[in-house]
Amino acid sequence: MTASAPGQVRQEAGPEGVALLLTGDWTLLHYTALSRSVGKLTLDNATPVRLDLQGVGEMDSAGATLLVRLLGTERTQALPESVPGLTPERRELLLTVCNALLHPVLDTRQNRYVFGDVTARIGRASLIIGRDLVTLLDFMGRTLLTFLRVLPRPRRWRLTPLVSHIEQIGFNAVPIVALLTFLVGAVVALLGATVLVDLGLTIYTVDLVTYSFMREFGVLLTAIMLAGRTASAFTAQIGSMKANEELDALRVQGLDPIELLVLPRILALMVSLPLLTFIAVLSGVAGGGLVSHLSLDISVSRYLEIVNAVPLQHFWVGLSKAPLFAFIIGLIGCLEGFKSGASAESVGLHTTSSVVQSIFIVILLDAVAALYFMEAGW
Amino acid sequence: MSQASDNTGREALVQVRGLVNRFGEQVVHDGLDLDLYRGEILGVVGGSGTGKSVLLRSLVGLLQPAAGTVHFLGEDLYALYEMDRARLICRSGVLFQKGALFSSLTVLENIGVPLVEHAGLSRSQAESLAWVKLALVGLAPEAGLRYPAELSGGMVKRAALARALALDPPLLFLDEPSSGLDPIGAAAFDRLLLTLRDAFGFSVFLVTHDLDTLHAVCDRVAVLADKRVRVTGTLEEVAATPDSWVQDYFHGPRGRTAQQATQTTDEVS
Repeated sequence: MTASAPGQVRQEAGPEGVALLLTGDWTLLHYTALSRSVGKLTLDNATPVRLDLQGVGEMDSAGATLLVRLLGTERTQALPESVPGLTPERRELLLTVCNALLHPVLDTRQNRYVFGDVTARIGRASLIIGRDLVTLLDFMGRTLLTFLRVLPRPRRWRLTPLVSHIEQIGFNAVPIVALLTFLVGAVVALLGATVLVDLGLTIYTVDLVTYSFMREFGVLLTAIMLAGRTASAFTAQIGSMKANEELDALRVQGLDPIELLVLPRILALMVSLPLLTFIAVLSGVAGGGLVSHLSLDISVSRYLEIVNAVPLQHFWVGLSKAPLFAFIIGLIGCLEGFKSGASAESVGLHTTSSVVQSIFIVILLDAVAALYFMEAGW
Repeated sequence: MSQASDNTGREALVQVRGLVNRFGEQVVHDGLDLDLYRGEILGVVGGSGTGKSVLLRSLVGLLQPAAGTVHFLGEDLYALYEMDRARLICRSGVLFQKGALFSSLTVLENIGVPLVEHAGLSRSQAESLAWVKLALVGLAPEAGLRYPAELSGGMVKRAALARALALDPPLLFLDEPSSGLDPIGAAAFDRLLLTLRDAFGFSVFLVTHDLDTLHAVCDRVAVLADKRVRVTGTLEEVAATPDSWVQDYFHGPRGRTAQQATQTTDEVS
């Protein structure tokens, strides 16, 4: 850019009112300097003003705004043709800006905190939680009803999407679930070894790993993995379909989105999660076995012997929770997709929300189930 | 080429020479030449897929061309370092097809962003100028406090125009400003563009499908076809070109209606 001189305004009291001498560039580049220079002057509406723009280099809307603010809108509109340096273009600019300045301006200040805002927020949040719960139950009911309606009509079973979802949700998740549980199994065994070695009960490390994986960790870790991996995918898929008006397109064609989109997903999840849980238990026990073998000198055959002695009932207790978790995860994932709005931003928000909610509910249900099974003595 | 006849010593703000753009195997532009002169509104038309939006992207520095030069306000855009290029591009305003307003900011804050970031104004100074810009594009004050998601299509376009105008650029790039607007809204937008051009004297690169817009606002029209600019000139000159696509476009049923409409309004005014 060529060097430009900041604009300035000089006021001279003359015989017939005030003379305003403008010089330099009246552009956005010099806005701060300009507004300082303008701020020093005050004009009351009655004083006649003689304006001189001859010294002005460039003028843009920012400079024009300041000039119009200084002159006042009435005076600007009545500017005579004879003002020195007032080219037709500049006049047009000043008048356009002047018209814009006649529009009212609103207060943009943020609302300050007032006492009671916290309680209002708590109240609002509670209402939202309550409403969300009702929506979830409503959606659960619809899904179950649709399932019952489709069940006696094998022609309407959507087997291809079901299998495709099982591949994505179940089969493709095998490596990550196996690796994760293997590592956690190893960590639990190390923990057990550290604590139990002082008591001389190192052999119970094997029981610790086996019990914890069969009853809790196998299913819980898998469910949390799938809540992150699958619930988010469901929300994003259905949410972007909604943003693209595909859901509406289905409805106007007389097709039920729950039957087409939700049922295959939830059923696939309910098939996949128990299978993955089985793999998780196996690989968790294997991780524990590796640590036991390497650091506790328990031979593989001895290890398997102890594992074999654990009653199978614990495995069934763990596995029985899997379909329930799968149902809830799938339900929340799909529902959040339906709740999302038309924008990409909203799809993102609901994806986050579906992961948080499904992990929360999985852990909550697991805690309740642990209590129940303990009281029941299983 | 009709380009030589246009070259009457007017200052070209944007000068494209031998532009080649390709995506993989697909060549979009092959040796494209184009000039945008100071103070004019240049309408760029062409069938779907002729690379109008791609051309716009390569003019504003978003798409490095495979070959050729783009001179932007006198400087070779793609020979500059990225930082310098960004600084140069700031001196133009771009209106994207869907507005591209920042969704987490209100309209007023959207307009204020360039003022705070580039002109170094304080928040309150930026806000007071943003109010002016908002009124200039004919938006009600209430719209200034809303978020983009709460605006209608026409309001989004106007707000995006206000943001594009924030730094008083000498150059404006508009990508289909009237798409998605009803005819009345589109006509109002055209009038707004003319008013602002007369007041601020900027040049406009206008990609459009809308024949009415072409008739109403464009000083010059460039037709994109066969990977280059087939013909440029005033609307009459271009419409008289014996090219089948041009003939279909300007003299098809829709073209004739638009022409008649302009003639009628000219007679009335």
